[in-house]
Amino acid sequence: MPDLLEVKDLKTQFFTRDGVVHAVDGVSFELAAGETLGIVGESGCGKSVTALSLMRLIPMPPGRIVAGSIMFDGQDVLKMDDDDVRAIRGHNIAMIFQDPMTSLNPVLTISRQISEALELHMKMDKSEAKKRTIELLEMVNIPSAKKRADDYPHQFSGGMRQRVMIAMALSCNPKLILADEPTTALDVTIQAQILDLLKNLAREFRTAFILITHDLGVVAGMTQRIHVMYGGQIVEKADTNELFANPKMPYTWGLLRSIPRLDESRKAKLLPIEGLPPDLIAPPPGCRFEPRCQYRREICSQQVPELKHIPNSKPDHEARCFGTQEGGWLTSTDWRRDVGSLEQLEAIKAEVADLPPEVKRVEAAGELPPPPSA
Amino acid sequence: MATVTTTAAQQRSIESNILSRQQRSLWQDAFWRLRRNKAAMVGIVIIALASFCAIFAGFIAPYEPTAINTAKNNMDPLFVGGKYTDSSYILGSDQLGRDILSRLIWSSRISMVVGLVPTLLVFTMGASLGMFAGYFGGWIDNLLMRFTDIIYAFPDLLFVIIIMATLRNTWLGDLMGGLILIFVALAVVSWVGLARLVRGQVLSLKEKEFIEAARATGVPTTRIMFRHLFPNALAPVIVSAAFAIPGAMLSESVLSFIGIGIRPPTATWGVMINEGFVVFSQSPWPVLLPAVCISIVMLAFTFLGDGLRDALDPRMKI
Repeated sequence: MPDLLEVKDLKTQFFTRDGVVHAVDGVSFELAAGETLGIVGESGCGKSVTALSLMRLIPMPPGRIVAGSIMFDGQDVLKMDDDDVRAIRGHNIAMIFQDPMTSLNPVLTISRQISEALELHMKMDKSEAKKRTIELLEMVNIPSAKKRADDYPHQFSGGMRQRVMIAMALSCNPKLILADEPTTALDVTIQAQILDLLKNLAREFRTAFILITHDLGVVAGMTQRIHVMYGGQIVEKADTNELFANPKMPYTWGLLRSIPRLDESRKAKLLPIEGLPPDLIAPPPGCRFEPRCQYRREICSQQVPELKHIPNSKPDHEARCFGTQEGGWLTSTDWRRDVGSLEQLEAIKAEVADLPPEVKRVEAAGELPPPPSA
Repeated sequence: MATVTTTAAQQRSIESNILSRQQRSLWQDAFWRLRRNKAAMVGIVIIALASFCAIFAGFIAPYEPTAINTAKNNMDPLFVGGKYTDSSYILGSDQLGRDILSRLIWSSRISMVVGLVPTLLVFTMGASLGMFAGYFGGWIDNLLMRFTDIIYAFPDLLFVIIIMATLRNTWLGDLMGGLILIFVALAVVSWVGLARLVRGQVLSLKEKEFIEAARATGVPTTRIMFRHLFPNALAPVIVSAAFAIPGAMLSESVLSFIGIGIRPPTATWGVMINEGFVVFSQSPWPVLLPAVCISIVMLAFTFLGDGLRDALDPRMKI
């Protein structure tokens, strides 16, 4: 079966006064119809820019997709004209945004906002669209949907607004939903409800979705596969169970180590990833994670590792690390026991602490691409 | 014994009460706040009265505004008393014996029209230019805004006077007794402020997530501009329009007063002041009465504008 979405070597850059920000740097992945994929990584690693690139929503200028192809349903999104892209947005690919508080237009009623896509893409008339809107609101469990449809967004709670966003995304039966941190702005109990709803509806409608998050806990129960991003690149690809059971990249180890575990003794300390994310204007010459990696060797700062299959793992498990790849020095390392060279860790910590505060701020700012969506 | 527990039926009615509670939109909220503002309500009443006079001038006014009766000229208003009054001229008459009350009533028609039409023109021109500049940004923005700056650099009144003085004797100046030219002149100088205002609004609004969400839904650009952006930018625009109306009225009066506005014999408050000035030493009323009218209407619009600004400010939630 051909893939629904095939992204090849996608490169999105922002041309700023300080230089070119390599926000997404050679990302490739594919997604079958109905499949679910999680993209995980810390802030500013290019997750959201990847998602926005898929719909060609990168603000131009300063952003530009400089290379690569995005084949969606057999067509290259990057080669379409504007009208065709607009016909896809909201119809075949829908997006759920991070903050439901600001993603709904405060001066339009809920029903008008949901009907918009229906009228535009499904060519429904007003009354049909209204009927379908109420159905959709019921589907996402909005109580007394008929009455609430004519409410304004400020009359809805955060969780309800995110449900509205989901209803909007589902309205035209899209083939792919991009959920960009859909639960970050919600509190934990609501998070669980929203994730459940999203999962069930996607399964019911056989919609493929890409869940973008910085929270490994969120993707754990949600997606079939996970891609870990760092510094604008995918650094590890694996299916979900495999990634949690047998991660093969020091960055992923660091992420997993920094999550508190219920089954660990109370005295065990959480081990953070020291250092700062790379400056994407001038990324490190070798492995992007090398400056923060306590397992690093000389080769890491000289050559760029490829995304390659890893020995001792499932066939589709790939990672971008010299250490864990064939012939590397980390192939048999148990990441839970061996935390690597602690001196290295201290050195990285000291390095960051020595930096004058302005530099830290500048670097922290430089790592963020100019805000497309925040 | 009083019970604190509610029955199932009560519970249900409470719930349904909450759910069937009257829905209020942003605008309904604003209107509710406006109604609580006494000054603004006084303003609305005065504006309504003035509009009524303007629309039904032909029925209310006891005389034609241009009916001359030289035998009864320079009459004082009745409330002054004395021998220079005539019971058929409630507010007296001017040096040609024209009834001041009738002229005031007919003038309100011109004033209202001069207040509204240029404001409407300004509204359309300024809002659309500002929206285009703000939304598209880049060189379009630069071009439009530099053009705006150039217009902005002229002193307003001087610019109007230049336009009026040069075009007054052309065909444009003759249309509807000079009214059309006044509309154009006032609109040409005052759209810039509104364009800047709208541009500023759009600049901040277009970065909002709901606009991004609209684009992600595949909404076409023009629809985003007019359906998603514009209603969000409307509140400050309405407020500035409420202040622009009295500004335009005053400009008309000023122009008419210095003799390059509406041509006599058409009655406007400015024309009346201009003509009354000649006989000011004999009777101040032909000058004072239209001046009072101008002040009252200006004040009414200013009250309304203030009220609107407070009502439309979301931080003013009461």
